[in-house]
Amino acid sequence: MLRSATSTLRRITAVKAAPVQQVAVRSFSSSMASQNVSFGLSEDQLAIQELARKFTEDEIIPIAAHHDRTGEYPTELIRKAWELGLVNTHVPQKYGGLGLGVFDASLVSEELAYGCSGIQTAIEANGLAEAPLIVAANDFQMKKYLGRMTEEPLMAAYCVTEPGAGSDVAGLQTKAVKKGDKWVINGQKMWITNGGKANWYFVLAKTDANAKAGQAFTGFIVDGDSKGITIGRKEQNMGQRASDTRGITFEDVEVPEENVLGKVGQGFKIAMGAFDITRPLVAAGAVGLARRAMVEATKYAVDRKTMGKAIIDHQAVSFMIADMAIGIEAARQMVWKAGWLKDNGHRNTWEASIAKALASDVAVKSACDAVQVFGGAGFNTEYPVEKLYRDSKIFQIYEGTSQVQRLIIGKGVVDRVMK
Amino acid sequence: MSNLRILVATKRVVDYAVKIRVNAAGSAVETANVKHSMNPFDEIGTEQAIQIKEALAKSKAGTAEVVVVSCGPSKSQETLRTALAMGADRAIHVDSDEELQPLAVAKLLKAVVEKEKPDMVILGKQAIDDDSNQTGQMLAGLLNWPQATFASKVELGDKSMTVTREVDGGVETVKTPLPAILTTDLRLNVPRYASLPNIMKAKKKPLAKFAAADLGVDIKPRLQTLKIAEPPKRQGGKLVESVDDLVDKLKNEAKVL
Repeated sequence: MLRSATSTLRRITAVKAAPVQQVAVRSFSSSMASQNVSFGLSEDQLAIQELARKFTEDEIIPIAAHHDRTGEYPTELIRKAWELGLVNTHVPQKYGGLGLGVFDASLVSEELAYGCSGIQTAIEANGLAEAPLIVAANDFQMKKYLGRMTEEPLMAAYCVTEPGAGSDVAGLQTKAVKKGDKWVINGQKMWITNGGKANWYFVLAKTDANAKAGQAFTGFIVDGDSKGITIGRKEQNMGQRASDTRGITFEDVEVPEENVLGKVGQGFKIAMGAFDITRPLVAAGAVGLARRAMVEATKYAVDRKTMGKAIIDHQAVSFMIADMAIGIEAARQMVWKAGWLKDNGHRNTWEASIAKALASDVAVKSACDAVQVFGGAGFNTEYPVEKLYRDSKIFQIYEGTSQVQRLIIGKGVVDRVMK
Repeated sequence: MSNLRILVATKRVVDYAVKIRVNAAGSAVETANVKHSMNPFDEIGTEQAIQIKEALAKSKAGTAEVVVVSCGPSKSQETLRTALAMGADRAIHVDSDEELQPLAVAKLLKAVVEKEKPDMVILGKQAIDDDSNQTGQMLAGLLNWPQATFASKVELGDKSMTVTREVDGGVETVKTPLPAILTTDLRLNVPRYASLPNIMKAKKKPLAKFAAADLGVDIKPRLQTLKIAEPPKRQGGKLVESVDDLVDKLKNEAKVL
C-alpha cells in the first residue's frame, strides 16, 4: 500500500488580512429556555479540532524540544498559527477576528498544548491580554488594538503581577497619576508572559490610594514602544521555556486618556472579568498536557517488557494510566461546561475556577506518573516526559494559584448552599 | 482561457496513519470506527486546482471555479467539506451505499462531467485503499479526452496544459489540449491546511447531492474479492558465517537464486 509514502507536510498560505465577513450566527443559544446540552462536538467544532490537531502534529511537535532546550521564542511557528486563524480566536469578527466563543477556543488550546504547553502559553497570552479589551474596550480601542492583531502577527501581554503582588492583586503598587491630559504610570511588573515580545500591554495600576480594592485600580492599554518602558531579561524557568517571561519596569510612562479601559476605578473588575474567558482556556491547556503524558506513557508501557510481559499488563502501571484518564475526562468536561456557560451568557466564574483547579492538578499528577511509568528513562531528556513534568507545575500557579481557585470555589459553595 | 471550470474528484479513505486490520469475517479491511480522511492524492488535486485559481486571479488573466465531487455514502460529505474549507467553491456528492469500483466511479464522473462541462478534471493518481490507479485513465477513455497522469508539474496555456509526468524511466513532459484529465502524483504540491476562517466559510458554500441511481449509470462491481489476508509476520533476520553460507540460504531457504 502506498500509505506510508504520502507526505504529512502542509502548506500555509498567507491569509489576506481582510476582515471576515459577518458569517453564520454563532451556533449556541443565548436564551435561558433552550439550554440543550450536548457532550458531542458539531461538524464545525470537529473541523476546528482537526485543524489544531494536524497543525500540532506537523508543526509544533517536531520543534518543541528545540525551543525547550534553547528557550528560543517560536516566532515562525506563531506566525504560521496566526495565518491559519489559530491565534487571537476571540477577537470579534467586526475587528477582523473569528469571534470564537470560549468552548470552541478551548478545543484549540487543548490541541496546541498537547504539542507543547510552552508554545501554547505564548499563543494563549495574546488571548489573555485581549480579554480585558473584549470585556471593556470601546469601539475606538477595539479597532486600534484588536484590529491590528488580525492584520499582522503581533503579540500582546497582560501586565498585572508584580514582584510583591501576585495573588494579592489588591496589594499592587504600580501607580497611575493624571498629569494634564495624560496618565503617568510608574511601577514594576514581573512574570509577564510575552513581556519581551508585546506590541502593547494591558496594565493594571492603582489610581486611588484611598479606595477599596474594587475601586482603586484602572486598566490601561500601553503601547509597547512607549518611552520609559524597560524590558527585563528573559527569565529562565523550570518549564514552558519556549514562552517569554520577563520583568517590565514603567518609569514615567505616559498614556493618553483614550487608552483608559472602561472607567477609572473599574480596573480590578475588568482584570478579574477577563479570567472568566481565560481560565477555562488555561485549564484546556493543562488537559492537553495531561493527555500527552497519558499517550506517551501508554505507548511506552505497551512496548516495554519486564518480568515476562509488557508493563501495561502490570496493574500498578495500568492503574496510573487509568488515573490519568479519569482526571483528563473529568477536567475536560469542566472546561467545556465553563466555556458553554460563558458562551451562553451565564456567569461561569465558579465553574472556570473548578476547571482550572482540577485540570492543573491533573496535569501535574499525570506528568509525574508518566515519568514514573518510563522509569529511569523518564528522567532523561531523550524521552518526552521529563519536559511534560517540568512544564506542568506552572499550571498550578499562573492564572490564579490552586489556592486562590479554592478560595473562589469555597465561597461559591457557601453562596449556592445558603441561598 | 478566461473562465476555467476545474472538477476535482475526491475519495474518502481510511486515514494513512491508521494501523489497518482485516475484519473478523476475513472479507475486507476493517473500516468501522476507524479514522477516515481525504485520499492524500486528492488533497494534492484539490490544492492544485486552488493554486490554479489563485494564479489566474493574481495575474488577472481570468477566473476559475473549483468544483469538488465525491462518489460514495453520506460520509463522503466530510471529505467534500474539507475541500470546501481548503478553498473549493462548491461541492457535488454522488450518493451511493453500493461498493463503487473504479469503472463505476469513472462512469459516474462522466455523467457529472456531462452536466458540469469542466475544462479540466483532476484526480489523484490512485486511492490509498485500493491502489487501483485506474479511475482517471478510464474516465479519459470514456470521455475520449486526453490524459496526463502522475503529474509532478502543471502549466496552463491557452486552451492547453503542459504536464511533467513522473514515469518509471524518469520524467516525461507532455502537452495536451483542454479539456483534459490530470492525475496527481506526490511531488505536484504540498496541500494547505484549511484555515479556521475558511472552515467557517465552508458551511455556506453549496453542496449538491445526486443519487447515483438517478444518473442512469451501471455501477455494478466487475471484480470480486476472493480473499483478504494480512501479510505474513516478518521473520527475524539471521547472521551468516560465510559467503557460501549466504548463497546456500538464498538458494534453498529464501529461494531467490
